[in-house]
Amino acid sequence: MKRHVLVLICAVIVGFSGTQAAAYDYKVDDPYAATIAGTPEVLEWKVPEKIDYELLGLKVFPDRPTPDVFWYQREFLYTLSYQKKEAPLIFVIAGTGSSFYSSSMIFLQKAFWGAGFHVICLSSPTQMNFITMASATCVPGNIAEDSQDLYRVMTKAWEQVKDRIKVSEFYLTGYSLGASQAAFVSKLDEEKRVFNFKKVCMVNPSVSLYTSAKILDDMLLEINPNLTPEAFDRWFNERITKFGEIYRMMKEPQLDHDFLYDAYRLLHKKGQTPRRENLAGMIGTVFRLASSTMIFTADVMTNYGLIVPKNRVLGSADSLTDYFKVANRISFIDYFNDFLYPYSQSRNPGLTKEALIEGTSLRSIEPYLRNSPKIILMDNEDDLILTPQDMAFLKDVFGARAKIFPRGGHLGNMTFKDNVAYMINFFKS
Amino acid sequence: MKRALCLMLLTAFIFLAGCGTAPVRKEPEIPAKYPVSEYVKRDVTYAIDAYDPWEPMNRRIYIFNAIFDNYVFLPVVSGYEFVLPVFARKGITNFFDNLTEVTNLMNALLQFKFVKAVNTFGRICINTTVGLGGLIDVATLNDGIQREEEDFGQTLGFYGLGPGPYLVLPILGPSDLRDTTGLVVDTVVYSLMVGELINLTGLGSPEDAILNYSLSAIYAIDKRSNEPFRYYKTGSAFEYDLIRKLYLIKRQFQIDN
Repeated sequence: MKRHVLVLICAVIVGFSGTQAAAYDYKVDDPYAATIAGTPEVLEWKVPEKIDYELLGLKVFPDRPTPDVFWYQREFLYTLSYQKKEAPLIFVIAGTGSSFYSSSMIFLQKAFWGAGFHVICLSSPTQMNFITMASATCVPGNIAEDSQDLYRVMTKAWEQVKDRIKVSEFYLTGYSLGASQAAFVSKLDEEKRVFNFKKVCMVNPSVSLYTSAKILDDMLLEINPNLTPEAFDRWFNERITKFGEIYRMMKEPQLDHDFLYDAYRLLHKKGQTPRRENLAGMIGTVFRLASSTMIFTADVMTNYGLIVPKNRVLGSADSLTDYFKVANRISFIDYFNDFLYPYSQSRNPGLTKEALIEGTSLRSIEPYLRNSPKIILMDNEDDLILTPQDMAFLKDVFGARAKIFPRGGHLGNMTFKDNVAYMINFFKS
Repeated sequence: MKRALCLMLLTAFIFLAGCGTAPVRKEPEIPAKYPVSEYVKRDVTYAIDAYDPWEPMNRRIYIFNAIFDNYVFLPVVSGYEFVLPVFARKGITNFFDNLTEVTNLMNALLQFKFVKAVNTFGRICINTTVGLGGLIDVATLNDGIQREEEDFGQTLGFYGLGPGPYLVLPILGPSDLRDTTGLVVDTVVYSLMVGELINLTGLGSPEDAILNYSLSAIYAIDKRSNEPFRYYKTGSAFEYDLIRKLYLIKRQFQIDN
């Protein structure tokens, strides 16, 4: 729902960018526009309209009390869609702040199930339900630890369903931060051997969580380099108003992806040029809203005293509006410096900040990635969360196992037919 | 309908009395590293702000609604969806949609939206006759006449009345004082019309409690069945705030249309 809302708001500031003749039919060549607009429905991989799935729950830490303010979190939730006959099981890990309810996850669930696989969809370790119910530390961001949490829930989920489904072998995939975590999970599996993953597909991973988060944080500053809270709110309110104008222009507003593309074209016809700072600002806002819930949740779960005063007990019906406003002012890098790092250091005294940053980077497992033919990479030349050095690193490490599409921004083309075909062919071959 | 409303309110207040306990502090509080006092300015209007003077009550009703949804409403809806095939449910949805067109028509007229009014009137005529008493939405077929939602809250907004305080209604969810007033008016008009229809068709007496309750119940279940919203599925710790803002923005759009 949240994502939907955000995507809708994003629609207001997107312009139509030109098309380019190429073998690859995904046409949006502005990476910012692609990231926001995604893929129009007619160009998406055809997935079944409705599929059967089970919503399942796990008590990962049965003795851990849940704060009243999270009273609605009872167990760790995930979904299973299974085939009646024997088939491979794919675990899918969501991107930053996303749950298995997000539209991207539902899309992948349908696509993989439609292609004949069992599918288990897992929320990101940065997502509220995961932090409260399945994270050992409740402070996400240290990918190695988050991957252990993921491995734990995957193991427990498998125990929960294994009597009912016939699995031939195990595969693993994830997008964005979920792709980076998939790499770490795969490495962990080499020791623990619960799944013996045969194939792993990483989609638009961050190479360094710290670097990618900094890029996304800084997108807000493109609105205005000296962005004060007041200036941000003025900007954001203007976007909302513009959304209203578009809504009025549309004859039959449907609140879905097509709406986005319609808005996209309408704005183009009106001769409004896409403004880089607005596109970037919107992407930054979406990221900030995802991280604000993560930061607040981690803060409350550990009584750390970052936003909520230490030792304050929040009731189930207490107003959180003020905390929301504060959380929206905190960047991921602030969170890293003022919470994740000191918190990790308190449990691991010798830890330096550089070591923690390095530990959340794919570079820390480079030899493993280089020598694991079962892992492939699907990415875009213009992925926004990568620096040129990051892209060079990925191409170097994955070599022939890297499929780099020319366009798509960050995940804009993930549901595009060629991209999904590429993933499914990999898992089927 | 009125009795159902009283019952609803009573249940909600019993629940509210139960969950209004203040949090207990064990150790002294230490100010946060990013304190609200420093980061939130009282004289600034934030994008997420809304006029919500009854927030403590609203938040409790929101929780009540989530629990009611989870343990009563959605299980009933699931049973309904399990028992009735899709075409039967579609017929029921169309039937109630046709009945509620009368308030769409009334409110379109009150706002001088004559094209919408004519369309709505056309829909009622076609769907009631060719559509077998509203069971089939013939009017919409082949890019025909689309449904135009207009309610009395929108009419009040059209005449310049602001939303007033935000209000979470028991079971029904997000609203505001203006829209709640509108809802009461629409409900009265709708009930009077249904009463007349029951009289005319000779199906029973308009005072027949069982008939009225059954109709209201099916109407409510049908509405919930068509509403994809699920409490606490946004994945945001600030869902109440986001939903509140979204509701108010959505209503403003509807009024401006």
